[in-house]
Amino acid sequence: MARITAGITTSHIPAVGAAFDNGKTEEPYWKPVFAGYDWVKTFEKEQKPDVIVLVYNDHASAFDMTVIPTFAIGCAEEFEPADEGWGPRPVPVVKGHPDLAWHIAQSCILDEFDMTIINEMDVDHGLTVPMSLMFGKVDEWPVKVIPLAVNVVTYPPPSGNRCWLLGEAIARAVASFPEDLNVQIWGTGGMSHQLQSARAGLINKPWDTAFLDRLTSDPEALRAMPHIEYLREAGSEGIELVMWLIMRGALGANAKELHRFYHVPASNTAVGHIVMAPQG
Amino acid sequence: MTIKDIHSYLAEFDDIPGTRVFTAKRARKGYHLNQFAMSLMKPENRDAFRADESGYLAKWKLTPAQKAAVLARDYNAMLEEGGNIYFLAKLFSTDGKSFQFAAGSMTGMTQEEYAQMMINGGRSPEGVRSIREGR
Repeated sequence: MARITAGITTSHIPAVGAAFDNGKTEEPYWKPVFAGYDWVKTFEKEQKPDVIVLVYNDHASAFDMTVIPTFAIGCAEEFEPADEGWGPRPVPVVKGHPDLAWHIAQSCILDEFDMTIINEMDVDHGLTVPMSLMFGKVDEWPVKVIPLAVNVVTYPPPSGNRCWLLGEAIARAVASFPEDLNVQIWGTGGMSHQLQSARAGLINKPWDTAFLDRLTSDPEALRAMPHIEYLREAGSEGIELVMWLIMRGALGANAKELHRFYHVPASNTAVGHIVMAPQG
Repeated sequence: MTIKDIHSYLAEFDDIPGTRVFTAKRARKGYHLNQFAMSLMKPENRDAFRADESGYLAKWKLTPAQKAAVLARDYNAMLEEGGNIYFLAKLFSTDGKSFQFAAGSMTGMTQEEYAQMMINGGRSPEGVRSIREGR
């Protein structure tokens, strides 16, 4: 049977992708950012996941204002890196896992999560930057990916609790897939950052640290956190952190922290990264 | 946790200093502005826009205020007119500018001052969480 063996979260900052693509990873500004992912690169080589359910948000790349799905699951054979205005990132095409993706979509819909099914979609930095951080520069990604795009741009985004419950539904769906697959679930985005208006540049390290702590110590408090708290404390774009709760919900009530990394700044943003495993 | 009152949910957003939350009201006001920005994802459209900005903008159903904001590259004004930062990113990318440049331009700081603030740990949330509560 397929099983979820780990949950990973990370920020997905476009400037990190640009630094990676332009060979700036050893520059003093960027070196500590990339060094924060050495541990997980080794972890991924040992774990050899077959499939990643990769939760991210599209940044006006695949979806414009014409259609705004709350939860969209990518069921295609493959997904091209998007041209976000400066040409596509020079990274491999992302290979999907249509069998498992359709299985999750069908199972979640029967489980009362009305997913939007996407059969053609380009994927932007929200998805490809985490891939580069976990797997480095490669000719081909070593895993299949099921993109799960969440609307966190046009209000209201889904609540943290709804995200958590979707994570639980995804875990149930994965557990009922007959093939023997090592599946990881990633939540991306965050941590504190604000990219707009006079308050741009907001960073809240104490709040971010407490958020990381609560993923193990008090996840129930995170489930109940209203959007306004993310906005006030973590900046307008810090709302992306609700996506981490899809990862966390999928790991079940108890999960342990294996590794974490936190760094300020990468461009406008606090970089946060955590690796977790389900515990019974 | 279920939010039962949409009105108080939305009203709280106006209590955050220096922040424009992309609500339905803004999304509706900025629909054509954001779709214009989205069109700049295609290289041929970027070329056409660069060659004749006013002529290109004339093809979109933009208000005079939206057109003026785009031509002036006034990002706060574009947000005020319903623009969303991820859509407007196509515009500053067309100009060869970074997210840090655009974000900095909205704060009244120079690009250098803004970059230095980020290196120093970013803007503190102290005093900019809530207008009403002054915290």
